[in-house]
Amino acid sequence: MPPPEPTPMVPGSRTAAPSPHQVIEGLKATDDPRALELLTPEGERVAHPEFDPYLSDIGPEELKGFYRDMVLVRRYDREGNALQRQGQLGIWVPLLGQEAAQIGAGRALTPKDMAFPSYREHGVAWCRGVDLKDLLGIFRCSDHSSWDYQEKRFTPYTIVIGNQVLNAAGYAMGQRFDGKVGNTDEAENEATMVFFGDGATSQGDVHEGFVWASVYDAPLVFFCQNNQWAISEPTERQSRLPLYNRARGYGFPGVRVDGNDVLACLAVSRWALEQCRAGNGPVLIEAFTYRMDAHTTTDDPTRYRLSDELETWKLKDPIERVRVHLARNGLADNEFFDSVQAESDALAEQIREHCFAMPQPGPERVFANVYHDPHPVLDAQRDEYLDYLAGFEEEGVH
Amino acid sequence: MPNYKQFPLADTAEGLTEADILNWHVKPGDRVSVNQIVVEIETAKAAVELPIPWAGLVTELLVEPGQTVEVGTPILTVDLDPDGAAAPETPQPEPEPAAEEEMKPLVGYGSKTVVAKRRARKGAEPVAAVNAVAEPAPAAEPAGGYVPLAKPPVRKLAKDLGVDLRALRGTGEGGVITREDVRGSTPEAPAAAKPVTSGDRERRVPVKGVRKATAQAMVSSAFTAPHVTEFLSVDVTPMMAFRERVTNRPEFREVKLTPLAFAAKAVCLAARRTPDVNAVWDEEAQEIVYKDYVHLGIAAATPRGLIVPKVRDADSLSLAELAAAIGELTATAREGKTPPADMRSGTFTISNVGVFGVDSGTPIINPGESAILALGAIREMPWVVDGELAVRQVCQLSLSFDHRVIDGEQGSRFLADVGAVFADPANAITF
Repeated sequence: MPPPEPTPMVPGSRTAAPSPHQVIEGLKATDDPRALELLTPEGERVAHPEFDPYLSDIGPEELKGFYRDMVLVRRYDREGNALQRQGQLGIWVPLLGQEAAQIGAGRALTPKDMAFPSYREHGVAWCRGVDLKDLLGIFRCSDHSSWDYQEKRFTPYTIVIGNQVLNAAGYAMGQRFDGKVGNTDEAENEATMVFFGDGATSQGDVHEGFVWASVYDAPLVFFCQNNQWAISEPTERQSRLPLYNRARGYGFPGVRVDGNDVLACLAVSRWALEQCRAGNGPVLIEAFTYRMDAHTTTDDPTRYRLSDELETWKLKDPIERVRVHLARNGLADNEFFDSVQAESDALAEQIREHCFAMPQPGPERVFANVYHDPHPVLDAQRDEYLDYLAGFEEEGVH
Repeated sequence: MPNYKQFPLADTAEGLTEADILNWHVKPGDRVSVNQIVVEIETAKAAVELPIPWAGLVTELLVEPGQTVEVGTPILTVDLDPDGAAAPETPQPEPEPAAEEEMKPLVGYGSKTVVAKRRARKGAEPVAAVNAVAEPAPAAEPAGGYVPLAKPPVRKLAKDLGVDLRALRGTGEGGVITREDVRGSTPEAPAAAKPVTSGDRERRVPVKGVRKATAQAMVSSAFTAPHVTEFLSVDVTPMMAFRERVTNRPEFREVKLTPLAFAAKAVCLAARRTPDVNAVWDEEAQEIVYKDYVHLGIAAATPRGLIVPKVRDADSLSLAELAAAIGELTATAREGKTPPADMRSGTFTISNVGVFGVDSGTPIINPGESAILALGAIREMPWVVDGELAVRQVCQLSLSFDHRVIDGEQGSRFLADVGAVFADPANAITF
């Protein structure tokens, strides 16, 4: 059936609004020639003269490393989901299906670069050396991003949608003001990468981040994981045109990359970070991927999307294509795959044990990190509160 | 040896209290591994599968499909050590409290029995014993201790009616005080009849600043210059119509063209014909000082008190310039920023008492001047026009003058001239 004729946007205008059919077609088109792909879902390496140089150091060992990264992170993610179902976590935010986007971007970052996550970036956290146990505390509601974010160069998780984009824009502007871009000695240069989703692109914060970063040439890579669903809202409710095209309106480059292709995500992220470090200003990357599980454990995606959509995306699985590529080209044997599987199960076991044994912080904790130095009013409040709590009988006495 | 553990229903979303059991994926006697899906449940938010946290042998299913189960309720029992030695006692003992403690769900409200539990305060006596002791009445609760339950609009109502919420007993849900509770209490509300000491009904404020200066000036004026006050009512309908016409002209776009500006213009014009009103009695020199300029004072009520800034050389200003100058001076005065220089050496004053909605007054002359004009409110009044009764816009002018300098003749002529020009600006052409 041919798509319906487009209707004029404004009476008398020469431009026509795209029909809903066209909008959805464009947004869902994964064979978009503009979406960079270097490793096909069938595991075939596609040559690309512009981006291949960014993978010149990636040999079989490195590729096996990315495979391990993705398997471990996925296993961690599944364990987190199970722990929530068993009543051990208040909530869990699954990353299932987005491993390539996160490992590709995360492995492109150098130790000096700064990363601003939202709340689904378990894979990026892994790449930054954050102990995955430390992430659990957030979801057990007993801790809040307790890693040293200056040392890890990975800020606390941001729950408010899009807020971290403003923080990252400010940080990247600071990098520029401090002369950390465009130096002839490239070791002195650094950049920032901020992670957000397709839903966040409708937030004012993200727009403001785009504006500030662009006019100040801030070294900021906007890494948008378009996983097609903002909870239950599909991408066609966020934008009329592909999200990476938004960058054009702000005057910086935008690129769409196959978000399930770890090599493409790595190459594009390296290129974008290089642009930033050179002082050329921000870059938007739209990693076209798919959230294969629910938005969070509180969500039920079967209520708003069809199962064949999920089945289609399973064929584009980010881990499977690397596995096929390694196996078919004789780069890895079953022993390797088994050892990674065993390692991931051991990681899950550790996470599980840690979760059950995680100490419950005392009630004084809420007062502990408000001020840097002791504060007499707060100290008095804490003492009063602890005194109040001490006035109860032990639990179980009555 | 058997090691039984019970798996309690978790809150799989945020803050759910219960779930329906859809179907079991295991039955007693099945071996299960860690994270194996054992049951499917449906909550208010989603249908989800629950994985078991341990490996072992399912010994009992504690709930049935279709049953609604509260979060925290054990739903199945697993033997973690099915291959160990047989237990010496009965195979299904009561679950150990320790095991249950370990698997207590992190979030959610738990089962109702748990919710109902509340830890007792240390040293708390049984309730009956407390009642035996004389207990203070709830109403006698010290201020700040007991906070009455009432919504903000009800609190406002109580405040407006002078009702003390703490003296009320709420009839709303959960003892919340309602509007009716507040209204119902007003007839016998003690707050209204609250006796006050005489000290509460008087205030003593030190006289200083503008108040002191005003008082001194008024006393000095009233007791040195013999005041005469004359009144004139005028039909200002033509002026109001003219004002309406010119207000959109380019030169008036930026200014607020008020009736006060017309009065100021009328005073400047009329003072030419009667220069006596713009003169002053010099007691020491025993001279009358005639001034060839008009520094027009405009009395302005400000937060600080009465301020009379002057429009310098008002007689040389056009209507638009006068209006602009008056607007600027009064705005500055209201902000309390009038510089002292702007308050000195006036020659004539207009007091616009009309803005307060009154018709007239007997103004007191500003020291150093000889006359003051009070401008009343402009109102629609019955008025005779061409022998017919008509509704016209009418304003009352009153002029107080120093009889040492000005006689009734000059004072009356001046007031009539001001009235004529103010009422109908066309008369200005005759000056």
